[in-house]
Amino acid sequence: MSSVVDSHDHDHAHGGHDHHDHHGGYSGVMRWITTTNHKDIGTMYLWFSFMMFMVGGVMALAIRLELFSPGMQFFNPDQFNQFITMHGLIMVFGAIMPAFVGFANWQIPMMIGAPDMAFARLNNWSFWLLPFAGTLLILSFFTPGGAPGVGWTLYAPLTVQMGIGMDLTIFAVHILGMSSILGSINIITTILNMRAPGMTLMKMPLFCWTWLITAYLLVAAMPVLAGAVTMTLTDRHFGTTFFNAAGGGDPVLYQHIFWFFGHPEVYIIALPAFGVISQVIPAFSRKPLFGYASMVYATSAIAILSFIVWAHHMYTVGMPVTGQLFFMYATTLIAVPTGVKVFNWVATMWKGSLTFETPMLFALGFLFLFTLGGFTGLVLSLVPVDIQLHDTYYVVAHFHYVMVAGALFSAFAGVYFWLPKWTGKMYDEKLGQVHFWLTLIFFNMIFFVQHFLGMAGMPRRIPDYPLMFETWNKISSIGAFGFGLTQLLFLYIVLKCIRSGEPAPQKPWEGADSLEWTHLPTPAPYHSFETQPVVK
Amino acid sequence: MAHSASTTPAARQQHYAVPQPMPWPILGSTSLFLMALGAVFVFNSAKGGWVGIAAGFMLLLYMMVRWFGDVIRESEGGKYGRWEDVSFRWGMSFFIFSEVMFFGAFFGALFWVRQYSVPDLGGLESQAYAWPGFSAHWPSAGPGFTEAFSAMGAWGLPAVNTLLLLSSGVTVTFAHWNLIANNRQKLLLWLGATILLGVAFLVCQATEYHHAYTELNLKLSTGAYGSTFFMLTGFHGFHVTVGAIMLTVIWFRCLKGHFKPDHHFAFEGVAWYWHFVDVVWLGLFIFVYWL
Repeated sequence: MSSVVDSHDHDHAHGGHDHHDHHGGYSGVMRWITTTNHKDIGTMYLWFSFMMFMVGGVMALAIRLELFSPGMQFFNPDQFNQFITMHGLIMVFGAIMPAFVGFANWQIPMMIGAPDMAFARLNNWSFWLLPFAGTLLILSFFTPGGAPGVGWTLYAPLTVQMGIGMDLTIFAVHILGMSSILGSINIITTILNMRAPGMTLMKMPLFCWTWLITAYLLVAAMPVLAGAVTMTLTDRHFGTTFFNAAGGGDPVLYQHIFWFFGHPEVYIIALPAFGVISQVIPAFSRKPLFGYASMVYATSAIAILSFIVWAHHMYTVGMPVTGQLFFMYATTLIAVPTGVKVFNWVATMWKGSLTFETPMLFALGFLFLFTLGGFTGLVLSLVPVDIQLHDTYYVVAHFHYVMVAGALFSAFAGVYFWLPKWTGKMYDEKLGQVHFWLTLIFFNMIFFVQHFLGMAGMPRRIPDYPLMFETWNKISSIGAFGFGLTQLLFLYIVLKCIRSGEPAPQKPWEGADSLEWTHLPTPAPYHSFETQPVVK
Repeated sequence: MAHSASTTPAARQQHYAVPQPMPWPILGSTSLFLMALGAVFVFNSAKGGWVGIAAGFMLLLYMMVRWFGDVIRESEGGKYGRWEDVSFRWGMSFFIFSEVMFFGAFFGALFWVRQYSVPDLGGLESQAYAWPGFSAHWPSAGPGFTEAFSAMGAWGLPAVNTLLLLSSGVTVTFAHWNLIANNRQKLLLWLGATILLGVAFLVCQATEYHHAYTELNLKLSTGAYGSTFFMLTGFHGFHVTVGAIMLTVIWFRCLKGHFKPDHHFAFEGVAWYWHFVDVVWLGLFIFVYWL
């Protein structure tokens, strides 16, 4: 802790506290299984998320393989549906969400000057629920009838008719939800109660703000999903009729409950991404974030609005025009706070002294492509347009611009940005830039053309298509395989950084100004702030 | 130290108790995995499911006893100060909030079937093309349900249950006041009364369920009414059971001399949970039984 510079009082006794012990007595695998350290747990989250990213990616490649040519090639429609479903579930719950929880674990205690997370043991459990839930999900492939082929939204009545795999999926969702709720309670408590003296809420790095609000969304939304799949379970096995019209229920009820969770879920994924971008862009612009307070208010506004827009996923389900109008106006309203954010990121760069290392490249890629995804979202929010585009590849293109170019790009930006602090070593800048450009090109190759497919009327979740869609599908599939291979390069870059990277200085990025750069050595010590710094 | 000028809780205390590694969380995950797998087997009539559920449940109990045991020992050993206490408060608050949202999903289902799906099924379109002759009025088990059933009245046992649960909210508060006043005898008495009221509530609910199944022909499978009635009251009853168990643990801890007038968050957390269960019941009484 020698480089902890200004604000420390080293003199007072640490007596009676045993948190100086490294790794606390367990070694080998047991160290990782029992750890209560936020950095260990963050690392496990990130590696788990990368593994799931690979598993979900292989399923995406299976989908693109089938769609390379019209006609049935490799899989029967049922297998195709299973890949579609599991790709979605694994990417959303196994890859993207855990990735950002990994960032939260590593970064929040360091950024707010805390010794660790508020509930360190609960933190361990939040992570260790995930591999078990992931196992349940993947086990469903090996049951009679295979994995559920219902789409990640798990719509009734299909879910009520599916086989054993559906039950495994339901319990997996329960456990994943438990993990998210426990993790979120931990993050909220950490941010509200563990900040260093002088670190007021409005002085926190924006990443912490976006996570505070994300965690709130998770605590509010995940139990509702748990309720929805519980109703599915009892409809399947105990004779309830929540989603069965013959018993007075309604399949549309499922959609309402699901999307009451599902739309906040979109922001649960997007807000931490915004947080990462809000750290990276100022650092490489060598300017403080433009409009910090407005960023906080915009994030809160997005969170509030996210609870009153859910039915824009259901315009074609047969809802009254008044309902469509309400959800349309509420949805377009979200463009305002999101626009504030994009404006602020651009204004941060305005007259900044910019450099373009890999994290900044990914942040800029995010900025352009996420904005594009936002615009197509605006297009889809309009009822008359959506009725044409509903369940077409236009929707697929839209949400992959948000999920991949939004969340995944910002996760890459974050990894390259903080890798020096985490490992103490620099990644290979040249390879990082190659990774960025290949990812950018292949991403657009996959998804940009899907806008055209959707506009031309190609439906999503169908393994076959008419000849006229062939060209764009071929381009998309080639892009997908290029994208997949490029991510192996990412793995190589990270491993190379860990094994043989150049030693990194305490603050490799000139413009970075949060506590982990200014107050902690590189690599960050096992216990960050045993004595809290005082922030002025 | 400059801490005194600060506004965060850290100003009051320099060291936060960051616990040592421990094996309980992984046991918890294993137990949930076993129970989930066992339940899937049972639901699909495969052999051996109950073994998984039983093994998982035993493991869960063991995990809770050991994990909570550790925390209780640490708490009584004076490891948790004011700073940790604030963490527990935030944690419990948001946990209860998540529970509220869980019940929200089921209340949402109740409002949806009452306001939209059942009336729609009695509408002109449905009459003409799907369910001729279905008259939509609540309580309803839907057009496909042909047996006769009766709904649960509000002013018999449910009203008694309302009285029991509301009284228990009062008695737990008396217990809390006596804990603060360090009046241990009365603390045990009022806390014991709270537990007894909770148990009485559960006995009444069991009687009510028995009455529903044997005399009213009202079952979980009785369409929209049966589904919402039993899922809402059933999950609530489950929460009352958990709350009563927690109160019992707290009662024995009080008996052993745990807690101080100014340091007893475990007690307060359980009391919060008990009040939450109480408030959910009021929602149930009004929207499920009464209106």
